[in-house]
Amino acid sequence: MRSILFKNGRLVDPASGFDGTCDVRVSGTRVAEVGEALSDAAARVIDIDGLVICPGFVDLHVHLREPGREDEETVASGSAGAALGGFTALGAMPNTDPVCDNAAVADKVHAAGVAAGYAKVIPAGALTKGLEGKVLAPVGEMVTGAARVRMFTDDGRGVQDSRVLRRAMEYIKGFDAICAEHCEDAGLAEGGQMHEGYYSDLLGLKGVPAAAEDVHLARDLALAKLTGVRFHALHVSTAGSVELIRRAKADGVRVTAEVTPHHLKLTDAELSSFDPHFKVNPPLRSASDVEAVRIGLADGTLDAYATDHAPHAPEEKESEFELAPPGLLGLETALGVMLTEVVGDGVLSLPEALKVMATNPARILRLEGHGGPIVEGAAANLTVFDPAVVWTVDPTLFASRSRNTPWAGRNLKGKVVHTMFDGTLVVRDGKLVKETQV
Amino acid sequence: MMIKHLLSINQLSTEQIENILDTADSFREVGTRTIKKVPALRGRTVCNLFFESSTRTRLSFELAARRLSADVINFNADSRTSVSKGESFKDTALTLQAMGLDAIVVRHTSAGAAQRLSQWVDASVINAGDGAHEHPTQALLDLYTIRERLGGLDGLHIGIVGDVVHSRVARSNIAAMTKMGAQVTVIGPPTLLPPTAGSWGVEVTGDLDDVLPKLDVVYLLRIQKERQGEQYFPSLREYAVFWGLSLRRAGLMKPEALIMHAGPINRGVEIASDLAGLDRCIVADQVTNGIAVRASLLFLMLGAQHQGRVSG
Repeated sequence: MRSILFKNGRLVDPASGFDGTCDVRVSGTRVAEVGEALSDAAARVIDIDGLVICPGFVDLHVHLREPGREDEETVASGSAGAALGGFTALGAMPNTDPVCDNAAVADKVHAAGVAAGYAKVIPAGALTKGLEGKVLAPVGEMVTGAARVRMFTDDGRGVQDSRVLRRAMEYIKGFDAICAEHCEDAGLAEGGQMHEGYYSDLLGLKGVPAAAEDVHLARDLALAKLTGVRFHALHVSTAGSVELIRRAKADGVRVTAEVTPHHLKLTDAELSSFDPHFKVNPPLRSASDVEAVRIGLADGTLDAYATDHAPHAPEEKESEFELAPPGLLGLETALGVMLTEVVGDGVLSLPEALKVMATNPARILRLEGHGGPIVEGAAANLTVFDPAVVWTVDPTLFASRSRNTPWAGRNLKGKVVHTMFDGTLVVRDGKLVKETQV
Repeated sequence: MMIKHLLSINQLSTEQIENILDTADSFREVGTRTIKKVPALRGRTVCNLFFESSTRTRLSFELAARRLSADVINFNADSRTSVSKGESFKDTALTLQAMGLDAIVVRHTSAGAAQRLSQWVDASVINAGDGAHEHPTQALLDLYTIRERLGGLDGLHIGIVGDVVHSRVARSNIAAMTKMGAQVTVIGPPTLLPPTAGSWGVEVTGDLDDVLPKLDVVYLLRIQKERQGEQYFPSLREYAVFWGLSLRRAGLMKPEALIMHAGPINRGVEIASDLAGLDRCIVADQVTNGIAVRASLLFLMLGAQHQGRVSG
């Protein structure tokens, strides 16, 4: 079996705590050897001097739009973009058409991921049928099906009926799966276009108060405590949420939480341009909320960095602000934003950044072979990136079928060079290795 | 130098505002002639692009353009029907762009629509109201009307009463009036006042009786009837009791203080019917002046550099 030997790289492995120059040899689908000055005459040697090698990134939260909106994204195009962004595993949200609220759809999404071969695609199942918040979806058949669904959510909205959510949590707990919520009180958020505050008042756009997220999350945490379910808060965006999660963790509630790249940097001031590329749900918040989620990520209150990659067709964003759908792309800019805006601003060290990008999300999903540690015998899911190169975001170069990024034209530092998924180089020198139809 | 587009009142300096108002004096005079027309914009084309029906604003802009001898075309499209036909806002803009227009006057239900449009066309874009965001020409005509009656804005105390949250008229007027040196107080139920309005350089209060005796101008905002179904206030009756300008309240005002309203008026809600007919209630002046101010703006934005003068 032919080996691939990554030579002279800086190995950063948050799972073991290792950070230093180290070679990694991969044989077949597994890591064969980790150590200094490795040599293997038969191996294909890839010199990664000056580059970082780390566990492949894991994104808990992407929208791949398949089935239903294949014009915007497919499992193949989305996972190709993911590979270019250094991700080796993706949690695909269930708000497709038809909704992923049964094993047939979940297994189809999973199979499409296997066929594409760029990354592990793990569909999240809907909590309730049709995402309607009324009738519990068949959790058991999704957990035990080929997709092995392990997270359930009605993402795009939260379950409004407390009784339904309580039952869902109890039932899901029996399968040891995760209940994840998009925390938003529908009444408080109704008609909302952006964060409620100074800028919404100024711009005359209807606001969504931070309290819409806070009150929903507070209820969810109370129910998580009541039921003992593993609970995950999706795309946390407010200072109030960070504080609620901090207290719940101290209180022993089984809660994890994620934060997006955009909520770690962009504020509601961006909306002054009325550019729908900054329209997202939850909305870009105030500067003090951005500061709070940064502190929350740094102190471990927030566990994972998740993109909420949400492709939309160009014509949908070339409309009036109020008519444009919320959502923006994240996979191909995630590392650059993390290194430029989060590590660059001193919020996290590089090893801490890789922990929230790879190790923590892999642990939340209990993904074998992802997130490190990079040791002999581990599945070879690896990312190699250049931490210093500066590049300009050009959405026309994305593998994604959509172009709706708020980062267009910005200079970002840090770019993926190689991505290895289950021992196969899927990205080599910043390009997809196999040019399959995406 | 005049601006290319008028999207927000904040784009204008005090000098530019004064220039627009001074120039409007000439057009006010044109409006009193038997032949109400000058050739300043002959051969230029102005399009009224209305995604939200507003007969009075469209007529005002149309008259203003026609008095300058511009060709006027009207494009009326409900924002919802346009979308259901499948044509995006950008495609509508590109269609108009291909027609070679000189100015597009746009009214839309969506905040920011004028700004979006200005990115896609070469024509000058004039915001004739975008959602709850801004209505800059309304503010300019209000400044003109106040100046005409009271000589200027500097040092005046102006009260804006009612639904500030949903009001583009309020946003533009607050910015314009404070820029021109007036002190502004916004008055209404807390649900209809923006929570951060205090940061706009205005006073915020719920007590109309308390503030009325101090005001030089009371500006009443229209209450849309559907707001009472959205729990902003219990009923129109209760609204009128606390924030309507009744005969009793009018008695608290300074004798020379003015009453203004952007129309259309809900008699008995924002203002008692008997007050609407008083000389101090200058709603009709606002309408008349609107034509002159809009003509002034079109002239300065499109024609001044070519024609140099108004007479003819």
